[in-house]
Amino acid sequence: MSFLSVRNLSVSLKGGPRILRDVSLDVSAGEVRGLVGESGAGKSMIGKAVLGTLPRALQIDRGKILLDGDDLLMLDPRERRRRIGANVALIPQDPLTALNPSRRIGRQITDRLVDILGWSRSDADARALVLLDEVHIPDAARVLRQYPHELSGGMRQRILIASAFAAEPKLIVADEPTTALDVTVQKQILRLIREMQERHGTALLFVTHDLGVVSKICQSLSVLYAGKVVEDTGIEAFFGGPTHPYSAALLAATPKYTDPEGSLMPVPVDVIAQVQAEVDAADAGWV
Amino acid sequence: MLYRVNDLHLSLPDQTRKPLLGAAPRIEILRGLNFEIEQGEVLGIVGGSGSGKSTLGRAMVRLLEPTGGTIAFDGQDITHMDEAALRPMRRQFQMIFQDPLSSLNPRRRVGGIIAGPLRLYGVEDTTRAVGDALDHVGLPRAFARRYPHELSGGQRQRVGIARAIALRPEFILADEIVSGLDVSSQAQVLNLLGGLVREFGLTLAFISHDLSVIRRLCTRIMVLHEGRIVEMAETAELFANPKAAYTRSLLEAIPLPDLEQVWD
Repeated sequence: MSFLSVRNLSVSLKGGPRILRDVSLDVSAGEVRGLVGESGAGKSMIGKAVLGTLPRALQIDRGKILLDGDDLLMLDPRERRRRIGANVALIPQDPLTALNPSRRIGRQITDRLVDILGWSRSDADARALVLLDEVHIPDAARVLRQYPHELSGGMRQRILIASAFAAEPKLIVADEPTTALDVTVQKQILRLIREMQERHGTALLFVTHDLGVVSKICQSLSVLYAGKVVEDTGIEAFFGGPTHPYSAALLAATPKYTDPEGSLMPVPVDVIAQVQAEVDAADAGWV
Repeated sequence: MLYRVNDLHLSLPDQTRKPLLGAAPRIEILRGLNFEIEQGEVLGIVGGSGSGKSTLGRAMVRLLEPTGGTIAFDGQDITHMDEAALRPMRRQFQMIFQDPLSSLNPRRRVGGIIAGPLRLYGVEDTTRAVGDALDHVGLPRAFARRYPHELSGGQRQRVGIARAIALRPEFILADEIVSGLDVSSQAQVLNLLGGLVREFGLTLAFISHDLSVIRRLCTRIMVLHEGRIVEMAETAELFANPKAAYTRSLLEAIPLPDLEQVWD
């Protein structure tokens, strides 16, 4: 059974437009699912809904978020936070804003373990050392005493990965974790995330706008347009030929230097019209 | 030859290592670049973060002053030219910036943004010139009344292009102008820029970290690494036969949307 199962999740701006439209998706233990779409498609919002960090201006209209079989939305807020805190972690996009500039690296990894999960200080410190080793940071003891500004972008992202895996979460939401990085550093970080995810058997929800990245790290993917899942498939099927015209157009728009004639194609207007019509049709029955 | 660059050096103070009292140590960003750009050429400048590609661009349009070497534009040495002397020349080299939200004044309407440089250079009929510029970038003329925040990312970047071409410059420098855009708008903006280059016979330097994007647009490519040119070649040649190890590692690191690619 899937560790995370989102069923017919609908989210809207309070008193305003819909943000997510009947989104359903599953992620099993050990699976990496890509969440792909253009900006504004709602891919980050799904991650935020799972983490319980939706902006206050948004409301969940209906649907279920099942974590290990229990609907998070039916739990009281205290229990919901406890479940999420114990089972789910986030790898954020921008390592510079995600780390507190005035605190040492070590404390930023161990705080959550000590304050929220009730570990002892010495256990948490020992764990931090092991984790930095796992993410291939040399001279871990020294790095734990450093501040974020003393580290490169790639190193900071490694710290956040270590931090996400610290409490052995069953599910990790990675929100565009390599978008701010160089291609060569991106490659190292993606390999590291995959290595860590395989070693720990974690379910991973990987939010990205880059289908190139999806092909390297995911086993399955959901393609979103305007908060609606237009395609949900395995990557072999997807890269063999997407079934939905919008997914096909998105794939053809993705840069591919080995195929200059067949890539970087503008998304045709009629494809947008078609997928927008599907969204409008879905909204017609919405009250 | 539109640009002739000889032994270009540029260093900036490194504020992160500045002592409490005294000057910050200087950090060498460009370490001796030699190259030329011909009229009508579309040159791609590629490199990782910290390679110096944006600094090079800013030196070429003299937003930064080089610390060594020379830059000649259209036969004139602009290396240390003062702002008063540069002013009339700036009409000939325009820049399009990476982030349109921070390079378009949020309190001005699109029409005013495009008209700004036109007024500066005494163009008579700015309304007509703004309309023409909007036509060229495929935006409705009514957009002149809008504010930048009312536009999508792709539309904003078109406004940046419209402002740059409105003066009919000889040379445009585009610094990572599609990296903030969705793939669907990336393709449109690249096609638009390619079309304008042909239509106006523009010379373009296109800075990007993305070799796929560069391949689409550029005739020749310069690869920068740690402030030095590691390779400069015709586009087809560079992709078919990359000579520098750094170029090969850049190419191999790009995740292609393709399950067949060997990537480990």
